[in-house]
Amino acid sequence: MADAKVIPFDDDRSRGGAGQRPQRRRSTGGRPGAVQPLPTRGDAHDEKPPAEDRAREAADALEQRVARGLAFLRRRLTGEYEVDDFGYDEELTDQVLMSLLRPVYEKYFRVEVKGIENIPAEGGALIVANHSGTLPLDGLMMQVAVHDRHPAGRHLRLLAADLVFVLPVVNELARKLGHTLACAEDAERLLGQGELVGVMPEGFKGIGKPFGERYKLQRFGRGGFVSTALRQGVPIVPCSIVGAEEIYPMIGNAKTLARLLGFPYFPLTPTFPWLGPLGAIPLPTKWTIQFGEPIPTDGYPPEAAEDPMLMFNLTDQVREQIQHTLYKLLVQRRSVFF
Amino acid sequence: MLVTGAARQLGGRFVRRVQRDPEVDRVIALDAVPPAHDLGGAEFIQADIRQPTVARVLAETGADTVVHMDVTGTALGGGSRATVKETNVIGTMQLLGACQKSPAVKRLVVKSSTNVYGSAPRDPAVFTETTPAKSLPSGGFAKDAVEVEGYVRGFARRRPDVAVCVLRFANILGPTPDTPLASYFALPVLPTVLGYDPRLQFVHEDDVIEVLRIASHEPRRGTLNSGTFNIAGDGVLLLSQVSRRLGRPTVPLLLPAVTWAGSLVRTLGMTDFSPEQIRLLTHGRVVDTGQMRDTLGFVPTYTTAETFADFARGQGPGLLPPETLAEAVDRVAVLTAGSGARVPQPGAN
Repeated sequence: MADAKVIPFDDDRSRGGAGQRPQRRRSTGGRPGAVQPLPTRGDAHDEKPPAEDRAREAADALEQRVARGLAFLRRRLTGEYEVDDFGYDEELTDQVLMSLLRPVYEKYFRVEVKGIENIPAEGGALIVANHSGTLPLDGLMMQVAVHDRHPAGRHLRLLAADLVFVLPVVNELARKLGHTLACAEDAERLLGQGELVGVMPEGFKGIGKPFGERYKLQRFGRGGFVSTALRQGVPIVPCSIVGAEEIYPMIGNAKTLARLLGFPYFPLTPTFPWLGPLGAIPLPTKWTIQFGEPIPTDGYPPEAAEDPMLMFNLTDQVREQIQHTLYKLLVQRRSVFF
Repeated sequence: MLVTGAARQLGGRFVRRVQRDPEVDRVIALDAVPPAHDLGGAEFIQADIRQPTVARVLAETGADTVVHMDVTGTALGGGSRATVKETNVIGTMQLLGACQKSPAVKRLVVKSSTNVYGSAPRDPAVFTETTPAKSLPSGGFAKDAVEVEGYVRGFARRRPDVAVCVLRFANILGPTPDTPLASYFALPVLPTVLGYDPRLQFVHEDDVIEVLRIASHEPRRGTLNSGTFNIAGDGVLLLSQVSRRLGRPTVPLLLPAVTWAGSLVRTLGMTDFSPEQIRLLTHGRVVDTGQMRDTLGFVPTYTTAETFADFARGQGPGLLPPETLAEAVDRVAVLTAGSGARVPQPGAN
């Protein structure tokens, strides 16, 4: 009877149907059918005394967890895991890095996700979002949102600034999280593979803007993301993130210091750098991430990607949709922190 | 068929293999030093390709296919870097000049390297044959390869009747390797750059020989074997994975320290641990092999991981063999599982 009483692993709870998960369970359990679908568990409860059951259940669950953790450790230590051409380490992302980001996402910023159904369940799509917050935490939170909330358990591949790949440690983690350089080649390759790609076309202009200009979308680059989406014929999903603007209210910019360090800006906030490392703790704002209606791009002729007029129109359309959603969400918001 | 660089392991293997092909009735192996290995029924001519004698050899033998494999990073038998560079660049110029003079030459195959793309953080993640390098290699073998390819392109323009094939190989590994990367992996402890985990791609020696054969014969139906092609095994390994699979611990060092140590080692003349080697081990490099599959019609038998496994078998066990670590984890698993009934199955992926 012990077979049926397994509490699902924490990480798995939110995405039961993820592609390779059942396989891994089977291999770690050692017994076929160790993890039964939930309904059978309910049946078992009816027949057995519940107290004894629960104790056993807990012990079993712990055992399962330990076994799975050890199997994971074994794979990591012997190097027997796979990464893709971009250096994306799916296992490490799912098991470790996401578990580290999840508390920030759930407990600290208490992210509310809307319109997740607007992200297609399969095939390539380009998610275009606003960028803010001095440090690119908004991108990471968007990645957790897609990872945890999407019913098909999709993985978001973010396009990051070149600075990310110059910095030690950061570049390593970014590659393992599935990020890659924001350039047309990489974006097209990922979209061509049917991946979900996230981009923040405002770039440094958006993330490094002063607090006074919060929620005012900056220029969307040269609209390169639109031509990329057009060439691959994938839909563009506009995404609005509210809450990230206030995590580090940037009241000043130490330009000389920034130039010295080779950064695009050096933020001065009410707490940073005055309080030292303590000042680097973001304010616990309440976030909302809304994915909007997808904008299809497959109806255009192939030469459309070269048409600058169409490019600007589509860019504006995406930009306006994000801006309007931002205003709407701001009106609905009760307060910055709740 | 004329093969340069035959005194090297790879050149020797190719010479031996290509003799068995029915299309080839005569193989002339060329190198500046006599080979240590058997070349089978091939005629060996000792000639330095940096000298004009190579033109006479080509004219006398009337070879119709030239396979230029003497573009390498290290000198055979401990020559200096200057000699290597001269052989690569001047040798290629002489050889191409000779080819241009010889009306018999119909096909030219050049062994190049994916080093021509350089390695920089601002590069796209995957290079195609047409991707321009963001930072051109400033020196060393990579610069040689870039220059060699430049001369080859010039030759292709001047002799449009010759089918020219440039093969850009990823890091070549096999059971008997003699590349700088292989000697790096043979170190008991691998120095790495702190905070970087480069993506590496390998190609197996067997595949190298095979693709050189495809390129040096008439193209098969539906394929084209002139042009530039990236040659690499499928998949990618991170340096951290490589070290774990080898069982060799890593010592992460700061980038300036690594650069300094590299130049120190170079000055002492111990190994050819060149700056571009350090860049490769910092930023990594991955190439797209779509052209190789679709146009050249070549599918490598070894993936990157399999190539590496084959190479690792030839190496002695490291300080932390993966088997020992796996066993240790299994032992812990047995302990925690109580009765020992639930040991996790190895090799879940």
